[in-house]
Amino acid sequence: MAITQPTFTPEAATPRRNWQLPLLLGPAAFWLFWFFLVPLVVILIYSFLTRSATGGVDWIFTLDNYARLLSDPIYVTILWRSVWIGGVATLICLLIAYPLALFIILQPAQWRSFYIFLVLIPFWTNMLVRTYAWMTILNNNGLINSFVTGLGGPRLTLINTEGAVLLGLVYGQLPFMVLPLYAAMDRFDFRMMEAASDLGANMWRAFLRVMLPMTVPGIAAGSVLVFILSAGNYIIPALLGGNKVTMIGNQLELWFRTAQNQPLGSAAAVLLMMMMVGGVMIYFRTTTEDDR
Amino acid sequence: MARTIAVELANVTKRFGDVTAVDNTSFQLYDGEFFSLLGPSGCGKTTILRMLAGFEYPTSGSITIHGREMGHTPPYKRPVNTVFQSYALFPHMTVEQNVAFGLEMKNVPKAEIKTRVSEALELVRLGGYGNRKPRQLSGGQQQRVALARALVNQPEVLLLDEPLAALDEKLRKEMQLELKGLQERLGITFLFVTHDQEEALTMSDRIGVMNRGQILQIGNPIEIYERPTSRFVADFIGETNFVSGTVCALHGNIAAITTAAGQTLRGLAQQAVQVGQPVTISIRPEKVFLTPISNGTLPSPPAKHTNAMPVQVERINYIGSDTRIIVRLHDGSTFDVWESNTRSTLDRDEYWQPGEAALLSWPEENALVLTE
Repeated sequence: MAITQPTFTPEAATPRRNWQLPLLLGPAAFWLFWFFLVPLVVILIYSFLTRSATGGVDWIFTLDNYARLLSDPIYVTILWRSVWIGGVATLICLLIAYPLALFIILQPAQWRSFYIFLVLIPFWTNMLVRTYAWMTILNNNGLINSFVTGLGGPRLTLINTEGAVLLGLVYGQLPFMVLPLYAAMDRFDFRMMEAASDLGANMWRAFLRVMLPMTVPGIAAGSVLVFILSAGNYIIPALLGGNKVTMIGNQLELWFRTAQNQPLGSAAAVLLMMMMVGGVMIYFRTTTEDDR
Repeated sequence: MARTIAVELANVTKRFGDVTAVDNTSFQLYDGEFFSLLGPSGCGKTTILRMLAGFEYPTSGSITIHGREMGHTPPYKRPVNTVFQSYALFPHMTVEQNVAFGLEMKNVPKAEIKTRVSEALELVRLGGYGNRKPRQLSGGQQQRVALARALVNQPEVLLLDEPLAALDEKLRKEMQLELKGLQERLGITFLFVTHDQEEALTMSDRIGVMNRGQILQIGNPIEIYERPTSRFVADFIGETNFVSGTVCALHGNIAAITTAAGQTLRGLAQQAVQVGQPVTISIRPEKVFLTPISNGTLPSPPAKHTNAMPVQVERINYIGSDTRIIVRLHDGSTFDVWESNTRSTLDRDEYWQPGEAALLSWPEENALVLTE
């Protein structure tokens, strides 16, 4: 019997698929392994070692670093401040971004991308430059104070306060909240609102019972993003908070560079990361149910 | 029997910018009837439904439900519920929560909600599915949840916006019968919007045929199919042959028409026509007969077939229940003829052959004289 028709079998397909893994995943896997995973393991190991007199590490296993972080009031305060400033910044971003994203999604299609473009414009300028700009606005002799004192008002303390740091964080991270919310609302079928209204729900109840729960994935994604970027931020608390509003990012810099205490810094970095992982896990808890 | 009017539209017009979606339309829905709005897409039928639901407000005219002027009453304050084409089930809620939603919005006591929800689910044969999420259900089941979610609120009128369009053929036929049965049992007024004429004929007590924002004809399914009053309705409902001509004589309600080819045809005139008036004759393809012509001698047509003309068979389409034959008239135009396949034979010679000569004939009352 002459077989002329080539038959397609999974075995025949396998050789073709073999190149996919190394070629497509290879570059990313290489990068992440050497420049993310290996340093991460180094940090994890360092966090259990002892600081040497010269600023390096001695290979003596200890849990002291973690114990110090969680018991020393100074460090606990810094950790706690990072969490709550990050949390408040996230909340403010959410309260500004949700109505904004809703406004954009309700515009005619040709206008939406224009508004999204406006939201993204700040990204075109370097973050550091933008933060310096805020310094010149908030400084003791800055724009606002010149204006207020010019009118005979008192000199306001704006820079180097938690308020200034919050302002900078919200300003810097807002697009990261708007975009996931916009994406979630884009997936939301607004006919659901008509259905809710048809069933007797006024606008507010329809929003609370239908739209809000259905956009939770966007809220969670944006919140995780903004919280991670805010709680671990370095530049903004450094420039707008001075040494008055030290957050964990600033303290890490201090440990690694000035104090040369790599084990303690490593332990703080691990703690910070665990907090973030916790946040991401909450995110997956809230989203998988409906996205499955 | 005096029937209560459930819904009344009086001179309703709806414009979107320059586009007139609904043009000065008036009609009534009686209590407990199954009324279909039938028309091609863009004819304004969905706009009428959306104005009844309160998603749109009329540009002018009035809409009353059981005598109450709806005006700018928002959807959540109207005594109607809608079954959407897309179902619009809430994906984050279970079937039970979906069905309970309307009752919760009206602050119905919890215990009563529970009984009414389970009754509604039993009604659509979805008892036991209460804890599922909509995405775990098939299209037909989702459709029934949408129905239960609307019906549980005991609306004065149920609005259905092409609810079966997304279902496959077989399921759609089943749902048509189920929906009709449900409507008859509950006695709720249904306003059903569809572009599917067969669906409208199957289910409706009355049908309003729409085109370009206007209702052209309202009647029961038999009236709509057997006695269309306009060319559009005759063409849109079912299939038909049109022949144009001029009225040359009148005998009661039978009009004789001279065609462009010089032939004289007779048909039933529903409206008053005058001699000399240009008209169109509509003849349904299943209401005409073909008699074979053998040896070139013209056979006499069946009794009462006052219209007869020799034709040539052009093409034969066998579609199972029917054979659809396209014949060519002497003036070169074509004409559709459907024959029921009442015999059962595999012998091709038993059927019509292309090129065969035949006599096409029909009784005069099978043809309708249309003026518009």
